[in-house]
Amino acid sequence: MKLPLFDYEAPETVSETVELLAEYGDEASVLAGGQSLIPLLALRLARPAVLIDINGVAELSGVSATDGWTAIGAVTREYMAEESERVADAVPLLAAALPLIGHEAIRSRGTIGGSLAHADPAAELPAVARALDAAFVVRGPSGERVIPAAEWFEGYLTTSRRPDELLVEVRFPAAGRGTGVSFQEVARRHGDFAIVGLAASLTLSDGAISDARLALAGVAEVPVRAGAAEELLVGERPSAELFDEAARRATEDVDPPDDLHGSSDYRKKVAAAIVRRGLREAADHARERQ
Amino acid sequence: MVDITLRVNGATRTASPEVRKTLADFLRDDLNLTGTHVGCEHGVCGACTVIVDGRAVRSCLMLAIQAAGRDVTTIEGLAPDGGMGPLQQAMWDSHSFQCGFCTPGFVMQATAFLADHPDAGEQQIREALSGNICRCTGYQSIVDGVLLAAERDRER
Repeated sequence: MKLPLFDYEAPETVSETVELLAEYGDEASVLAGGQSLIPLLALRLARPAVLIDINGVAELSGVSATDGWTAIGAVTREYMAEESERVADAVPLLAAALPLIGHEAIRSRGTIGGSLAHADPAAELPAVARALDAAFVVRGPSGERVIPAAEWFEGYLTTSRRPDELLVEVRFPAAGRGTGVSFQEVARRHGDFAIVGLAASLTLSDGAISDARLALAGVAEVPVRAGAAEELLVGERPSAELFDEAARRATEDVDPPDDLHGSSDYRKKVAAAIVRRGLREAADHARERQ
Repeated sequence: MVDITLRVNGATRTASPEVRKTLADFLRDDLNLTGTHVGCEHGVCGACTVIVDGRAVRSCLMLAIQAAGRDVTTIEGLAPDGGMGPLQQAMWDSHSFQCGFCTPGFVMQATAFLADHPDAGEQQIREALSGNICRCTGYQSIVDGVLLAAERDRER
């Protein structure tokens, strides 16, 4: 369908944007790449009175590094992050996930901040952010606050950003030596939303796992960390038996949704399979990065 | 209404579209460039794919006013003399399409992709075209056409 009527604002700075958000509050939607919001408008699933288009806010675009963190501006296009050497070196898990987002034409416009603020639990970037404990920097009328990923995702398409706050930047911790990653997903067709996805990161020190991070996409209202599996893995040496047990623990407490793409039980089985596969790949990758 | 100036197929155009008008509808209704097809109108089918500043985008997921100052290429811009460009010729020779509705989207997506990946193989081409839907062909003939264009380009 054609888009419904809305008023349109196109600020050029973050402070202007924050003023507009303060003025309109939840009457407004922030328009970044538009690859989710414009379909929502076309399908009448969203009816904001005002669109605040932040594509012209130059300070929101770009990748930078600050002591141990890689900061990505909210309006950085997904293809730009995909092509960024800094992202490939410092945040390999993000680099592994980016090519799986939608299709090439979607990544031409889609933004890092847009996907994370939209917070679709089956999407790739929320799982990456949750696995890595990314930090979300928002700015509102009373200044800036930093929200950890564990508190960012509140529910289906819902984050802890207040209506008068703007997501300005997402910070990802840089992967050190010995850290290997894997992003796995099963989808009906390339580019579709994942039926189930997995973001995995393992760090090996002297042959044993010193840090394990697993986040599942598509199994709940939010991306889910597999804490019980992570606890099991730390301190152990990678082995097929260990990864089998980790897959069991990662999926025993999840109760995935049922829909026409897959039953709950099917999703659970696929989740266990991709946990095993992801752990194997992450461990191999970690050995290469010693 | 917002006044915008942009380049479309090499020519500077000035217009005042309604803010809610998508780039796809603007190209078709305001500029009479009806080669860009509108299928699903919510970013799933790929029929409306055009090239903006060198990258393939879905023109139904972009507002016309967001194209201000940009360089847009549509299917009409590939062969301004009314003939066919090399990719179009290769697709014609491969009988790539049947009904033709999805054609402009595929051709624009493949144009942008081949410009960046002239040495692409079949798997990469399939992946690059995975966001475009064709309900006639089963895709094999489309992939063949793109492969043929890439091959001819390398021989030149």
